[in-house]
Amino acid sequence: MTTLSREETEALIAEVLEVYPEKAKKDRAKHLTVNDQSIEQSKKCITSNRKTLPGVMTVRGCAYAGSKGVVWGPIKDMIHISHGPIGCGQFSRAGRRNYYVGTTGVDTFATMNFTSDFQEKDIVFGGDKKLSKLIEEIDQLFPLNKGISVQSECPIGLIGDDIEAIAKKTSAAIGKPVVPVRCEGFRGVSQSLGHHIANDTIRDWVLDKRDGVTMETTPYDVAIIGDYNIGGDAWATRILLEEMALRVVAQWSGDGTLAEMMNTPKVKLNLLHCYRSMNYISRHMEEKYGIPYMEYNFFGLTKIIESMRRIAAFFDDSVKEKCEAVIARYQPMVDAVIARFKPRLQGKKVMLYVGGLRPRHIIGAYEDLGMEVVGTGYEFGHNDDYDRTIKEMGNATLIYDDANGFELEEFVKRIKPDMVGSGIKEKYIFQKMGIPFRQMHSWDYSGPYHGYDGFGIFARDMDIALSNPVWNNLLPPWKKVTAEAVKEAA
Amino acid sequence: MANIMIRTAVSGGLTFYLPKRDLEASISSIEFDTQEKWGGELKLDNGGIYYIDPIARPPRLPISLRARRIGAAED
Repeated sequence: MTTLSREETEALIAEVLEVYPEKAKKDRAKHLTVNDQSIEQSKKCITSNRKTLPGVMTVRGCAYAGSKGVVWGPIKDMIHISHGPIGCGQFSRAGRRNYYVGTTGVDTFATMNFTSDFQEKDIVFGGDKKLSKLIEEIDQLFPLNKGISVQSECPIGLIGDDIEAIAKKTSAAIGKPVVPVRCEGFRGVSQSLGHHIANDTIRDWVLDKRDGVTMETTPYDVAIIGDYNIGGDAWATRILLEEMALRVVAQWSGDGTLAEMMNTPKVKLNLLHCYRSMNYISRHMEEKYGIPYMEYNFFGLTKIIESMRRIAAFFDDSVKEKCEAVIARYQPMVDAVIARFKPRLQGKKVMLYVGGLRPRHIIGAYEDLGMEVVGTGYEFGHNDDYDRTIKEMGNATLIYDDANGFELEEFVKRIKPDMVGSGIKEKYIFQKMGIPFRQMHSWDYSGPYHGYDGFGIFARDMDIALSNPVWNNLLPPWKKVTAEAVKEAA
Repeated sequence: MANIMIRTAVSGGLTFYLPKRDLEASISSIEFDTQEKWGGELKLDNGGIYYIDPIARPPRLPISLRARRIGAAED
């Protein structure tokens, strides 16, 4: 573990950039920076949301991943058809651990893989007929589905199938919404555009479908936007909100349903957790329905309390009172967590490289445990994400955008953090380098990490990773230099 | 011409949002800011300048408008 000064960090970046050819070096230099909290606009120090350099090992996903995997996929009572060759659907099936309640295959379908399994003849003659047949078949076999979404894979855009026309026709035939999503993988530079496309299709095909219908409302109706219920995150969040006497009308989209989404325009406040993937729909609802949105952060004690107070401030005094009561009630529990884990984790340094909201949201949770985040970065963040990150990160820490395998490895070798938090593609590299690792995309089969319940689990998981005895046994016995061996040699 | 959205920022000022490019920036100055005439040239804090036809001050923000780019923030 070493602490680098600003100059040293700058030198490190320059050193890492040395391997690139001139043009690539110039391009990558814009994506790596040393944090300076005095900068108001990230644009001045970092470039983001740009095409990845060809030839490097990026960890980004595609637009299909952003739409089917993130935004649409967790909606449990709809069937999401991966329209195209079979691989995209199969390899993204059930990988994100979006927990839900229901009987899979009967009334919920989130972990199942529905695909049109494109063959050569479908590419040559078009897949329109196959898709309409598929949709009718699905509706016969799974009559309890509430709707169908068609998630296009690359070939659909390339051959130019008219999925919108099929959607309209089949929707009338089966009497349920069929949503065509033009999220071909080649669109955009990362999964971020997939989120945008998915949000736009929700806006166009789902959101206004119950506009004339009245619903029993209360002044305390809220919607959780951008919480994908990874390992039960949205439930941990929902518990807290309901204890504050708010009524959660909809969960977008972890453990969410189509009906919830259609009812969302009737809420009083949208609570936006993952800003990156769902700010689009929040902005739309703010304009069209006048529903304000509020970004919040339910990772770690400090941020939970801060966010709950901010949410309560939007409502009347009864909610504020209940909010304080909730905070007071959970305090002993959190105190116990901190008393147990903080001494074990104090002073440890963490490097993060994830996507969406986590590179900035979990910094507070680590700080509550006495740990320090020395490097962070987004796979597919935009400038507005970095604007929000600069203030959260310490001075002279490293920030990297769309970092690739080589850069990450070099950074970790030099900075020597006590722990790395990133995705599955990085996990084994760093574990083989002897560095404790937690998978921060889907919590390494654990979770939830949101809310008070999640904070305890988060602290325990970090301790498990760091205190694992395996890290003392990385050196084979014959390479261990013992005191006796030294004496013998002398 | 591009579709843009103007909303009130948390801090109280105005925020400019260009959905097509996911560009968010705060508006540092607006040419006309009276009840009956609102709009004109918008100077953004990232260096960009956009022009919206002056309209009566909208009763509620956010509002989506068509804007013309006069000077882009180089990026």
